[in-house]
Amino acid sequence: MEWTTLFDIALGAILINNFILVQFLGICPFMGVSKKMDTAVGMGFAVIFVMALASALCYPVNVLLESLDLKYMQTVAFILVIAALVQFVEMFLKKSMPSLYEALGVYLPLITTNCAVLGAVLLNVQNHYNFIESVVYGITGGAGFLLAIVLFASIRERLEFSDPPKAFQGFPIALVTAGLMALSFMGFQGLQIPW
Amino acid sequence: MNIGKQLKEGFITQNPVLVQLLGMCSTLAITTTIANGIGMGASVTIILTLSNIFISLLRRVIPQQVRIAAYIVVIAGFVTMVDLLLQAFFPDIAESLGVFIPLIVVNCVILARAESFASKNKPLAAAVDGICQGLGYTVVLLVMSGIREVLGAGTFNGAEIFPAEYAAGMMALPVGGFLTLGVLIALMQWAQTKVKGGK
Repeated sequence: MEWTTLFDIALGAILINNFILVQFLGICPFMGVSKKMDTAVGMGFAVIFVMALASALCYPVNVLLESLDLKYMQTVAFILVIAALVQFVEMFLKKSMPSLYEALGVYLPLITTNCAVLGAVLLNVQNHYNFIESVVYGITGGAGFLLAIVLFASIRERLEFSDPPKAFQGFPIALVTAGLMALSFMGFQGLQIPW
Repeated sequence: MNIGKQLKEGFITQNPVLVQLLGMCSTLAITTTIANGIGMGASVTIILTLSNIFISLLRRVIPQQVRIAAYIVVIAGFVTMVDLLLQAFFPDIAESLGVFIPLIVVNCVILARAESFASKNKPLAAAVDGICQGLGYTVVLLVMSGIREVLGAGTFNGAEIFPAEYAAGMMALPVGGFLTLGVLIALMQWAQTKVKGGK
């Protein structure tokens, strides 16, 4: 296990191939819950949490499916694992950490249909990551999501006071903003580790 | 049942992308070429129609508490079928759509129609709704991929319109996706206020 490989995966997931701004995964929650800073932060941490757990859980599931020659069942199996996981996390948090549950509450069930989570799991399989690499990819992919949504929310809070043309009010101006953010994230494209 | 009304809802008044703002991820990600747009639009329309029919048939069987999980399993089954069919018959499209084919499972358009329409209506009406909403989605994909392919690569469905050196490569990148969709939705809002103002 090379540390540099892990660092490479982390850098790729957070900056170079940011889940939202470069790979277009998880746009719905990105647009939906980025109107206020605190909800954006809550959603970001919930995504990190679920993505890390989902990457860890789906790895053995995938090994099992491959050994049974049932690879075509991947999509169905993964989405079931994620749905069950989200449900379980919700119940667990409700019992043991009510304050965290309160903070994440509304956003947890939404994560089931967050394509970033299923996307991360599928990309783990596609890139042939091993267990540790998968978990690192899950955590850092979530961190990339957090970064993007926090930046976006802070811009959007200011957009409230701006005065765009009437047709652009609300969603379109947010999309244009996201486009400009994607443009700036393209600057990371050339980033490479020198060793 | 009113097919004309459902068609109008699918294309204009309740367009899944431009008005309901659902299914953003695939809309933005795969609309780089027209071929991709057609492939994705057709896949989503087929899956949406089939899952609408199936969920409508099962609407009295599925318990209220686990309905979302049940819908997702039904959708995932159809997505797997379409995924395998595409890999077998259209390997090029399957290759370029990549991870976004299995991700149709979590495309909110399909889940939203299952929850808001198919679970409350008869199979035939649900099928018509699936086709109308699917076509509305496809049209948006086609418009977006048309704009992005022509401006970004200088080609229309592979045929050269102007040399690629003069193309704005940016339009084929994520930036172009966000900007194109932003402008399209702005146009839609503008048109809606015009129509309302006229009445």
